[in-house]
Amino acid sequence: SPHHNSLTLKGLSAEEEYPDLSQHNNHMAKVLTLDMYRRLRDRATPSGFTIDGVIQTGVDNPGHPFIMTVGCVAGDEETYEVFKELLDPVISDRHGGYKPTDKHKTDLNSNNLKGGDDLDPNYVLSSRVRTGRSIRGFCLPPHCSRGERRAVETLSIEALASLTGDLKGKYYALKNMTDAEQQQLIDDHFLFDKPVSPLLLASGMARDWPDARGIWHNDNKTFLVWVNEEDHLRVISMQKGGNMKEVFNRFCTGLTKIETLFKERGHAFMWNEHLGYVLTCPSNLGTGLRAGVHVKLPNMSKNAKFEEILKRLRLQKRGTGGVDTAAVGGVFDISNADRLGFSEVELVQMVVDGIKLLIEMEKRLEKGQSIDDLMPAQK
Amino acid sequence: MPFGNTHNNFKLNYKVEEEYPDLSKHNNHMAKVLTKEIYGKLRDKQTPSGYTVDDVIQTGVDNPGHPFIMTVGCVAGDEESYEVFKDLLDPVICDRHGGYKPTDKHKTDLNFENLKGGDDLDPNYVLSSRVRTGRSIKGFTLPPHNSRGERRLIEKLSVEALTSLDGEFKGKYYPLKSMTDAEQEQLIADHFLFDKPVSPLLTCAGMARDWPDARGIWHNDNKTFLVWVNEEDHLRVISMQKGGNMREVFRRFCVGLGKIEEIFKKHNHGFMWNEHLGYILTCPSNLGTGLRGGVHVKLPKLSTHPKFEEILTRLRLQKRGTGGVDTASVGGVFDISNADRLGSSEVEQVQLVVDGVKLMVEMEKKLEKGEAIDSMIPSQK
Repeated sequence: SPHHNSLTLKGLSAEEEYPDLSQHNNHMAKVLTLDMYRRLRDRATPSGFTIDGVIQTGVDNPGHPFIMTVGCVAGDEETYEVFKELLDPVISDRHGGYKPTDKHKTDLNSNNLKGGDDLDPNYVLSSRVRTGRSIRGFCLPPHCSRGERRAVETLSIEALASLTGDLKGKYYALKNMTDAEQQQLIDDHFLFDKPVSPLLLASGMARDWPDARGIWHNDNKTFLVWVNEEDHLRVISMQKGGNMKEVFNRFCTGLTKIETLFKERGHAFMWNEHLGYVLTCPSNLGTGLRAGVHVKLPNMSKNAKFEEILKRLRLQKRGTGGVDTAAVGGVFDISNADRLGFSEVELVQMVVDGIKLLIEMEKRLEKGQSIDDLMPAQK
Repeated sequence: MPFGNTHNNFKLNYKVEEEYPDLSKHNNHMAKVLTKEIYGKLRDKQTPSGYTVDDVIQTGVDNPGHPFIMTVGCVAGDEESYEVFKDLLDPVICDRHGGYKPTDKHKTDLNFENLKGGDDLDPNYVLSSRVRTGRSIKGFTLPPHNSRGERRLIEKLSVEALTSLDGEFKGKYYPLKSMTDAEQEQLIADHFLFDKPVSPLLTCAGMARDWPDARGIWHNDNKTFLVWVNEEDHLRVISMQKGGNMREVFRRFCVGLGKIEEIFKKHNHGFMWNEHLGYILTCPSNLGTGLRGGVHVKLPKLSTHPKFEEILTRLRLQKRGTGGVDTASVGGVFDISNADRLGSSEVEQVQLVVDGVKLMVEMEKKLEKGEAIDSMIPSQK
């Protein structure tokens, strides 16, 4: 039975079980009607994930002050099929009207990126591209067992250990890191902590911490892989300054090598032609890619048109501490807003072009000049 | 528990060694008991409601140890957990409850007249007195595991029962989710309001799911009798007042609890109870009486005495900070309560508190005068 507690014994109805979403403001709450819940409550994926597992984080977290949260997660690849009645509209709302029949394009050829090697380092402090990958055949972080999580770690360590050249590196398991290693990883801003965000905790992603979690990075400290945090793998390319092109080159090269290594070991990444790369959070479907910079825009940030400009450029701002934080001292984390329906190259291009424009605008405002003629059209 | 790996149908494809948690850094009762062999034996079992051993232990896996207290590290999801997972829970119960054996019987005594004294603890030292317990309603699963529908039914039944109380127990129910700002302010000022749990001991066990749905607070007009609905247990029943008249607090506790139980029985919902474990609650540490009878008491000198811990142990008492189980004491004021829950009755446990606190206040007075307390050190109770 898909019911994981006694509701089959008690015969409780959909009305009695339907969550109270009256105070809620997230994508799940906007979509999940009583009737939809009624239809979905008897279903389960082959691994046993149910609708209550999908929505728990959204029930427990009514709304986020800075960002419209998704409010639901996948527990495995099949979640997106079994619960499509909920997830298709959520995906559509979150990804700009993406339809169940749409196809997603993957392009990890960094040669296709135009420019991007010359963002002004007086403004752009650092550049970073990240994505996630899920390993087919295993449940996702909200639902995986300890055995599955450890198998994902073992496979990842094997694959990463065979990287060479600029990508040669080392794995640091969270649970037996030395104090010295930990301090170094903190200083490098590489170490990820046990999640504290209630968005993640409520979905069960922190279970059994720090078992089978770890960080791998190359000797040059420009390519980093997180194992078993919010996704099976998070792959990050980063460096100081504004050479986004180089960051993206390394990103594509490294990712492609890793994918090959996994395939050689009989493990594909979760991917399909409709949703692209399949990840835990529906917001990361498609490319799963967030390319961004830390950039100083103190004047722009006070400009009345800042939000509108970002929107037209298809960019998003965050504080420099990550998704749940606010900006400090006029320094923003600016990244692509889209994930699905655009390729990797297209998204990084938007960041490169958009940041270039924003810096131009910042320089104008510094001189007390108008930026009206620079206003972009909606991309 | 909807997000657990517990209902992951693939985990039995992995070997025991692959699924067995890493407890090498852990210091809680579950970690001390759960061998790979026991885990192997229990991992494919579930209670009729679907609770598994991974559910039972998740809180203990996620919380390796607590600085002030040896935590239990496991919870029940329903009444049957204590039977289905007895290979784990019996030894945990034995360790936590002073050697309590699977064959032992527990005595219930809620006749307050059997308490001797307790009406005269010195209010210059004893700031407040309080007795609490929990109750679980038969036929429903417990807070780590219950569904929204079950939780709401528990709330409904509780509200019905409580609103029929009268006399000194006449009161009102305040559901957490529809409280006005004014009501919330007042409940905070009265120290009645319970928050969404932040303790990872509770959140990792899934008790905060769907907060604040079907959670609420009922209290009598006199503000001396309080019931929490759907927090860590189905019901938490609390009798409290300022000062040191523990006898009065206990009287009200027993009378009120008796009335509530009557009403629930009339509606065919008894409380979970059996002659071995007494009252069944979510945390194995609260089995038996589920009773914590305690005072907030000023013991600045005694608390810095080298024998303080030993005295408490011998008196079968426990200290906490005045903020509750996860806090430290402030300004020499301690929360002192009975350490035992199972294997002794309610009257016996409150008697230990009354007698023990009386003694410690006397010791404090001696120390204030610079006198020794060596002759007063009690023998082990």
